[in-house]
Amino acid sequence: MRIPVSWLREHVELPADLSPEDLDRALVGLGIEVESVLDLRSTVTGSLVVGEVLEIEELTGFKKPIRFCRVDVGAANGTGEPQEIVCGATNFAPGDRVVVILPGGVLPGGFAIGARKTYGRNSNGMICSVRELGLGDDHEGILVLPEDAPAKPGDDARPVVGLDDVVVEVEITPDRGYEMSVRGLARELSHAFEVPFVDPALAPATGATAEPAYPVRVLDTVGCDRFAARVVRGVDPLAESPQWMRQRLTVAGIRSISLAVDITNYLMLELGQPMHAFDLDALRGELVVRRAVPGERLTTLDGVDRALDPEDMVICDAGLPVPAADAATATETPSVPTAGADGVPISLAAVMGGETSEVVASTTNVLFEAAHWEPVVVGRTARRHRLFSEAAKRWERGVDPALPLVALERAVALLTTYGGGTAGAEVLDIDHVAPPTRIVLDADLPARRAGVPYEPGRTVALLERVGCAVAVGDGRTAAGPIQVGGRHASGPGTLVVTPPSWRPDLTDPADLVEEVVRLDGYDRVPSVLPVAPAGRGLTPDQRRRRSVSRALAENGYVEVLSPPFVSPDLFDRLGLPADDPRRNAVRLTNPLSDTEPLMRTALLGSLLGTLRRNIGRGHRDVALYEIGMVFEPRPRTGPPPAMGVEHRPSDEEFRAADAVLPHQPWRVAAMLAGEVEPAGWWGAGRPAGWADAVEAGRIVLAAAGIPDDRTVVRQAQRAPWHPGRCAEFLVDDVSVGYAGELHPAALAALELPPRTSALELDLDALPSAPVAPAPRIPGYPPALIDVALVVDAEVPADEVRRALAEGAGDLLESVRLFDVYASAQVGEGRKSLAYKLVFRAPDRTLTGDEAVAARDAAVAEAARRFGAVLRGA
Amino acid sequence: MTYRNDPYDPKQVALLDPRALASAVADAATAFEATTDPDALAELRRQHLGDRAPVSLARREIGALPPAAKSDAGKRVNEARRSIESAYADRLAVVQAAQAERMLAEERVDVTLPYDRRPRGARHPISTLSERIEDLFVGMGYEIAEGPELELEWTNFDALNIPPDHPARGTMDTFYVDIPGLVLRTHTSPVQARTMLARKPPIYIVCPGRVYRTDELDATHSPVFHQVEGLVVDEGITMAHLRGTLDHLAKAMFGAEARTRWRPHYFPFTEPSGEFDVWFAQHRDGPRWVEWGGCGMVNPRVLRACGIDPDVYSGFAFGMGIERTLMFRHGISDMRDMAEGDVRFTRAFGVEV
Repeated sequence: MRIPVSWLREHVELPADLSPEDLDRALVGLGIEVESVLDLRSTVTGSLVVGEVLEIEELTGFKKPIRFCRVDVGAANGTGEPQEIVCGATNFAPGDRVVVILPGGVLPGGFAIGARKTYGRNSNGMICSVRELGLGDDHEGILVLPEDAPAKPGDDARPVVGLDDVVVEVEITPDRGYEMSVRGLARELSHAFEVPFVDPALAPATGATAEPAYPVRVLDTVGCDRFAARVVRGVDPLAESPQWMRQRLTVAGIRSISLAVDITNYLMLELGQPMHAFDLDALRGELVVRRAVPGERLTTLDGVDRALDPEDMVICDAGLPVPAADAATATETPSVPTAGADGVPISLAAVMGGETSEVVASTTNVLFEAAHWEPVVVGRTARRHRLFSEAAKRWERGVDPALPLVALERAVALLTTYGGGTAGAEVLDIDHVAPPTRIVLDADLPARRAGVPYEPGRTVALLERVGCAVAVGDGRTAAGPIQVGGRHASGPGTLVVTPPSWRPDLTDPADLVEEVVRLDGYDRVPSVLPVAPAGRGLTPDQRRRRSVSRALAENGYVEVLSPPFVSPDLFDRLGLPADDPRRNAVRLTNPLSDTEPLMRTALLGSLLGTLRRNIGRGHRDVALYEIGMVFEPRPRTGPPPAMGVEHRPSDEEFRAADAVLPHQPWRVAAMLAGEVEPAGWWGAGRPAGWADAVEAGRIVLAAAGIPDDRTVVRQAQRAPWHPGRCAEFLVDDVSVGYAGELHPAALAALELPPRTSALELDLDALPSAPVAPAPRIPGYPPALIDVALVVDAEVPADEVRRALAEGAGDLLESVRLFDVYASAQVGEGRKSLAYKLVFRAPDRTLTGDEAVAARDAAVAEAARRFGAVLRGA
Repeated sequence: MTYRNDPYDPKQVALLDPRALASAVADAATAFEATTDPDALAELRRQHLGDRAPVSLARREIGALPPAAKSDAGKRVNEARRSIESAYADRLAVVQAAQAERMLAEERVDVTLPYDRRPRGARHPISTLSERIEDLFVGMGYEIAEGPELELEWTNFDALNIPPDHPARGTMDTFYVDIPGLVLRTHTSPVQARTMLARKPPIYIVCPGRVYRTDELDATHSPVFHQVEGLVVDEGITMAHLRGTLDHLAKAMFGAEARTRWRPHYFPFTEPSGEFDVWFAQHRDGPRWVEWGGCGMVNPRVLRACGIDPDVYSGFAFGMGIERTLMFRHGISDMRDMAEGDVRFTRAFGVEV
């Protein structure tokens, strides 16, 4: 919201020498976010003067109309001669007064004005548009001053166009609707500077008369708890809004439309009361305020034909015939208005008026409406119809229900003053506004919550300053509803606080605490570090994720955090079987991109995109990893049980609700493409492949503290991996994930390089790391024996290793595969596996015979299990 | 040739002549000195100290001497031999040293050659910064709490005093899914609600994690970003405790001169509420206040919905965006750099920020 400070000054006695910086600081201290404070006095430098256009010569032969003008700028140019200026706008005529910047001046944005030759003429200065002056966005022509503007040629134009002001643009938090007005901001600033404030809402206003200004029936007093109206007849339809009003609307970013409409907008800005002006002559009958009926439609002022929702509040004209559903609309709206609906909607209440009843250029009789609508209803209507009008924004945040009559009084006065006509004596006011709820507050609650020892009386004084009525003592004796809070329900030391009508946000003791602390100053709260009880440190799961992450990073992988949104055709590209559970994904109902509406069921799904982006940017050799959640829907169980907020849900309720949530395990995934080791002066590079992905899995399990002897890596077939190059990891016989080279068909479909390899493990499926037993490390010398075993090509090397280890007995310290070899010599369909065995006894130096015996036992076990033959034996 | 039983013949003992011995010593020394090659020196050793060397032959001639002369001659021969051996040893040391030096010189390499055979990996700075904040609080006795990213509307909104018609619930901000009653969490605050439901005060936790809003990715927005929140619920907790905690965090993150400033603000789940700025002395455009996060006293309505008696306990909560913190701490100007996963960005941070 953009408001000139001069407007605020009409209501609050701000210091005369208030600097923009002080204003900024005061607003921020009040909790009002300041977007900008613009000192208009410093935006234009040099001579900016009022000019009167004397002659216009249309220049021809150019692509666009160009005018050579002689403009009277009084003595401002030093000569008194008319100033010669070339101008590209055409929206003015001789006799019009305009704003001229003379050579040497600088417009906002550093636009320096000089005397120059253009279009074959000398141009000495410029005639300015609203936008060029930084006053608004209007650039459809130059700014022509209204006839009533008090200015003559040569005068400084700044005060005439409002460039003698400071404009503040503020953002209001959703709880403080009252601040969305000059009235509210002025009140707040009076708190900050502790200066007098005159509330424009306290101006006298005519009360309801026996005879209504117009017949109105309010059918839904929940949606509309107040509806007031007055009439002005005989207005001059040609009357224009006064310059000062248009100027303020322009600053606020509201276009001037007509006098009556401008008045409603002006008063909305000033008081915070959104209003509506009807063309009285367009109304046929009684107005009915009610909810819309299914099938009803309304064309709003923005020209959009809208289907109304039964929750929308509408103002209807009971004098209009209810339209029959004709064939054309019936196809779009199968449900026609219920027979006997009360009138026809002419306004989407509180949000936007309708086309049929709006004030037009010929309107002479005006009905002003000022009502009070239920914030939630208006908010829903605004969101449903995507109509976030200035009015809707205010309704949603809460409007003072005490304003309608004052607003009407002012509207009628302004319209009759500037548009003539006669105000009707009748005032309609249908008032069902409930009295504000009173709050019982422990007098010392603010001090206890803030940790600031407020002096006695300070709390009361500050609450009264924001407009509350405060009574001390036993709240139960007071009439009316009371919100009880704080340690003591009521009694000595309690305050009974009645919030002012403009503060619907004050409902709880905590709200009052905030007002006290805020007005006393947040900066008065001291800094005290609380002492927490001893904690448990990181959980095992948290430590594990950190270890895994660090291990992968230290092994050359780069961590990424990919968005978890994936496309439905991903599953086909990955080649997942039709019944693969990973195809069952949670779908976003409002995805940012229609092509990626699903939540990932595997980390690989989203990691692929990041890999592709890196490759696309020229990083061909990439190793990435990600630790994150996947989303695995459970069988549909229906929505979670409804749970209130008045008290804690029961454990059963919450468990039932939680059971609706998809399973969301933590996973780790890694992907590699290109070379894992680059070529260099040391020789050739090494392409990344299935073995790197499998090793990444081993790195993860080691970092997770899983002992080797509880891990099995075995050949597996699983999409999207290459059927011959996929390893499955099992820990304690439970499958925890897969690694290997991705399927060539999947890689082609995913537009990834051949041989791209990947790992994905379920971290939550891993058992917690056991306490590692310390190994014995005897100092006796080892016996080293290499064995080469010939086995069938299909026999997994790791199982041969296991057979050797189990056959060798306790003397075996380690066994390591160091060569794999296949040739005609070894035999067709056979391979040779060479292992290095290290034997050592804990208590003696092994003899050669002992070592050989252990080796023989190892080989014998391998022979027994796999028919392994000792090569060269 | 001399023979032990030969009668003495001076001609047969010419090599025992002192001058001949002196000459042998001198010859050997000269030969050794002239050599730099260890192999050549070994050959010279054979010539001057081997079986056929003059001093060796001279020793054999001793037998031909009369007994009275034997002792004297033996001494001379030994002396000469020792001289040659000493000369050899000296020379050998020099030659070996020279050879060692030569070898070292020959083995010289260009140590500036790169050896990035296994390129280094890196952790995302979002992870590292989150952990840094977690560690600070764990050190103070706090615990790290976590929760699901796809959340119940109840924990994400209702329990936090965000009633069904609060604007934050509209589709403008929140991702909804095809399972009614669930949302992608819009903040990490539902973890606070879950913690309060699961355990009794005193509660001192921080909740790091991923959150979601329906903002298109651009320089300042991302549909997926990260927060860290803190929650304390205990008896007698005040705003002063909140300030003390934020000041401590600010100093730990940004140095001793850091401090915080509050601006009143509105959050449904806290009352009073504020936003806080941090004095950031290392800002690339000079020291200044930087908007950092939101905070406040836990709204008693939230405590009540989570089963905590607001008349006994009070609490504070605060939260800040990790991306936002990284942006000003490291001078990152574009949100996309943190979201897109370009390895150039992440590698710049190594494994520790």
